[in-house]
This record gives sequence, structure tokens and C-alpha cells, in this order.
Amino acid sequence: MKTVYERPRLLKEAHFHYCPGCGHGIINRLLMEVMEEMQLQERAVCVAPAGCGMLLYNYFEIDVLESAHGRGAAVATGIKRATPDSVVFSYQGDGDLAAIGTAEGFHAANRGENITVIFVNNGVYGMTGGQMAPTTLLQQVTTTTPNGRSCDIAGHPVRVCEVFAQLDGSAYLERVAVNKPAAVRKAKKAIAKAFQCQLDGEGFALVEILSPCPTNWKMGTMESCTWIDEVMVQQFPLGVIKDTTCRGKDAACS
Amino acid sequence: MKQLMSGNYALGEAAILSGCTCYFGYPITPQNELTEYMAKRMCEVGGVFLQSESEVAAINMVLGAAVAGARAMTSSSGPGISLKQEGISYLAADELPAVVVNMVRGGPGMGNISPAQSDYFQATRGGGHGDYKNVVLAPGSVQELTTVVPLAFDLADKYRNPVIILGDGMLGQMMEPIDFDGLVRPPDYEKDYTLTGAQGRAARKVHSLIFDTKLQEEHNWKLQRKFQLMEQNECRFETYLAEDAEMIVVAYGIGARIAKGAIKRLREEGLKVGMLRPITLWPFPAEALREMAKTVNDFFVFEMSAGQMVEDVKLALGGTARIHFYGRPGGVVPMPVELYRIISRHYYQAQADGKGKPA
Repeated sequence: MKTVYERPRLLKEAHFHYCPGCGHGIINRLLMEVMEEMQLQERAVCVAPAGCGMLLYNYFEIDVLESAHGRGAAVATGIKRATPDSVVFSYQGDGDLAAIGTAEGFHAANRGENITVIFVNNGVYGMTGGQMAPTTLLQQVTTTTPNGRSCDIAGHPVRVCEVFAQLDGSAYLERVAVNKPAAVRKAKKAIAKAFQCQLDGEGFALVEILSPCPTNWKMGTMESCTWIDEVMVQQFPLGVIKDTTCRGKDAACS
Repeated sequence: MKQLMSGNYALGEAAILSGCTCYFGYPITPQNELTEYMAKRMCEVGGVFLQSESEVAAINMVLGAAVAGARAMTSSSGPGISLKQEGISYLAADELPAVVVNMVRGGPGMGNISPAQSDYFQATRGGGHGDYKNVVLAPGSVQELTTVVPLAFDLADKYRNPVIILGDGMLGQMMEPIDFDGLVRPPDYEKDYTLTGAQGRAARKVHSLIFDTKLQEEHNWKLQRKFQLMEQNECRFETYLAEDAEMIVVAYGIGARIAKGAIKRLREEGLKVGMLRPITLWPFPAEALREMAKTVNDFFVFEMSAGQMVEDVKLALGGTARIHFYGRPGGVVPMPVELYRIISRHYYQAQADGKGKPA
């Protein structure tokens, strides 16, 4: 019998703690598939966040450090500077990267820190029960915006890729989603490219992944996936936001 | 050969000679010269220097470098050290080595940039959240940095725990003759916890998140056993004219330098005053004080704060001796003659009161 698909060896045989319909499980699997296919596990160091991704160390068969909330990019900087041969990536949520860790992420991007950031944007603080995140859409109801997010009170949803694109140090920024098979395949390509960017020493790479959170969105799984396509991408358009890598510029690369 | 060097520069050089390869810092007075020195020297020796976007980022970069196996250091002063407490707590929880320098300035709040000793509680009680301790070293002169700095890196590696060097604005800024001839680079330790990629070994995890409360308690007791070992083995202090003393001054760092000047003068007048200078503020030399209290009835605590170490002296002596206190908070540095007058007054009063124990 021909094997058409199997669990990546680097993804442990553990039960995910993620809720049904959550995108984290897919993203975790994609990361370990990429690690395996690019044979990075012997050099890889993952910096896990505070948030729904904080238990990555239970799932990844690679070195993992759990950092303080929001400090992933700073910790990854320390690791990468001390051991430049390591392949270092932080895994961060929207609260982690776009609220409490804005300064760390922004300045790592601006320094052109040769690290990879996997940024999971599901528009809410998931682990703490669905509070408003910096990426929560206007009018979106969360436990701390019971009448919907109002820009008068809570400002506007933050587009991290577009902000980081203004910084000369960022090399590769792409926004993808994991709400349907075609999108998942694109997400995997983007993740692989972000690691290649690090291997080539091109500087800061970030992949923003729109990820469903049915539990805190108070939606069904299918409805969540549709909502990403119909509503979320209007605020967070998919695609390559910035690519100054050698491989990105076909003409310059030979 | 002796050279004239400021404390901040000397600390930087001592760190490099001790094998420090990574430094992360953020500007704040009165420790800027240390950051600037590291910027220049790390470039020369091929180490890592990075000026971070904040103190919070700097300590987290230190954590990253430490988990990668490097000898890493950061430095700051009061307000910046408050920001670093998050990272220091994580370092202690993750059992990672690091050296953190605090050139203390007058506080609270923004305070000023004058020398002070008001961060004693913050340093010796852990400072951040959770049950943990830092080793706290208090150098008393620029030359002493050549023993204190390598010791800091050694203890950090030996116990896998953050070590605080608690100086002050004066130590950082003043220039003194120093030679590095006696500086011994601490040995390299076997590190079976570093995250450098799972090559030829199982993947490693470093985390302080432990959902199971029983396991968390077990981890905390493990840390506590380590702290007990430090208390047993790493307490350091110095005495000065203590043999025949009837009153012992307890002071540390620059405070002890000032007290020494006062004691010399008191001795010239025949007053039997000596000193105990803790070099480690944690672990605190409580046992040494208790030993002294068998023959000495009066202990005079001097600090450039409103009174913090005096609580440790009280805890150590537990009512077995009379404790006097004099403090100058807010960045005021008293002259030795001021301290001489105060100690002298307390000394004669104590003699008049006789050997009576405090109520």
C-alpha cells in the first residue's frame, strides 16, 4: 500500500490541547513538516510564547524554550546572536506580538535580526478566554468588547505585516491563512520560504497566519473558516506584503 | 601593572576577562560607561554587543544567550533594574545563569543619578514574582571588581542562577588604580541544558510553565534546596578591626568605604569600633554576626538608604544585641566625619546604658 500522508516524525504522538476547529494544530504540523523536509531539526530552536502556543514543548521534537509573554523576538535575538548557526524561530500570537511584545518584534524586524517569526493571528486572546486582541476587528464581540470593538474606545485592528514592511530591516513578510486546503498549502510554502530566508542570512522574516478560533469567536468550525475568507481578509489581506530576499527578486538572483 | 580606571570600565574589562561573550544593555545613568565600554571591547574580542530597545528586551536577550550556552551579562540602574525583574524571575525559574549589574541610584521613581543603596530589598528578596533568590555581590572598590566579577560568573554557572552585582553610582563613576593580574577566569561548566539544536541527542525543553501544581511545588523545592546550598557555601564577608571591638559597624559597598574612614578616626580617639562588611548581601553573613554577638553588644548599621539591610541584621541577631541605625536615603553620600560623629554619639550612649539588651 502506498503511504500518501503520515504524521511528521518531529510532531510528537501527543494529544493537542487545542479546541476543536482551532488552527494552531495545523500550524504546528506545518512547522514540523517544513523542519523535517528542510532537515533543520538538528539546528532548530523554537521560542514558544505565552498564549495558546505555550505548550509547544509538548508537541515538537526539537529544542524549545518557553519565553515570557511577548518577549519571543528578544529571546530569539539572544539565542541567534550567541549561536548564529542555530535556526531560531519564535511562535507568537496576536496579543503576544502585537500588544505586549510590540517593541521586541518591531525592533527585531528593524535590526534585520536573522530570525523567523511565526505570527498566529486569530483576532483574540485565546488562552485567557477570548478577550480583545490588537487584531480584533471593529464591531467584533469579545469578552472585553461586549458591544463590539469600537475604535473610539479601543482603537483599530493592527496590521503587523504592513507596519513591519515600513522597516528597512525586514526582508520577507507574508500573510497566509489555514482555513482551507489550498490556503494551508500556501501557508506551508510561506513558512519554508521564511526559514530559507534565515538560512540565506537575509534577515528578518515573518509569516502571519490567519487562524480560526471557533471557541472564542462563538462560531462553528465551518463558519469560522468562511468568516476568515469573507470578513477577516478584508482587514488583513493575504499575500506577500514584502519580499526583498535574493530569491524573491528573480532578476537579481542567479 | 596598575592603571587608572573607572568602576564601570573596570567591571566591563573584568567581565570580558571572566569569559563573558554576550552583553545586552540599554542606556541609563550612572552605568552608561559600562555599556559603552562593552560596545568597544566586544567588537575587539569578537563577542556579542547589542544595544536593546528596552531593559525588558535586554534581559530577555540575556536569557536567550544563556540558554544557548553563553556567559551573558546586562547592566542598568534602579529604574531599569525594575524593568528587568520579569526576566530575572524567568532566569531563576528556568535555572539559567546570568550576571546582572545594578549601579544603584537614588530612588524611588525616577529619583536622581546620585549613588544610593536603596535597591537592597529588590536585589536580596528576589525582586520579581515567585519564590526565588539571586546571589547578590556588593563590591567595595574598583580593585575588588577583579574578584567579584569572576565570582559572579562562576556562581551563575555553578548554580545556574542569576547573580546580581550591586554597586552604586559612586563605584561606577569613580576612578581608582586597578590591575587585573590576579583575575582568574572561572572554569567552563558542563552544560547539559543548552538549546543549540537536537544534534546527536534528544530534543530539550526549557520552560517554567508547569501546570501540575504538584510538579510545580517539586520544582520550587528543588530551587529552594539549591538556595540552601548557596547559603551554606557562598557567604562572603570581610571584617575590619573587629577583634577587640565593642561596637561593630555593619556596612557594605561604598557605605563600608565611608564607614572605614569614620572608624579610623574613632580608633585614633580610642573608641573600640570595628566593622563587618558583607560581600554577599544574599546569602547574608548572619552566622558571622551571631558569632560576634557572643562578645559584642552593639551593632551599628549604616546604609545609604532609609534602612533595608538593617532588617537582615535584626533577623540575624534576633534580639541578642543592641542595633543602632543611621541611613541617608535619596542619593546623599555622607562624609566620613558625619558618620564619625553619629557613631561616636551612639558609642558613648551605649557605654552609659551598659550591657543592657534592647527591650
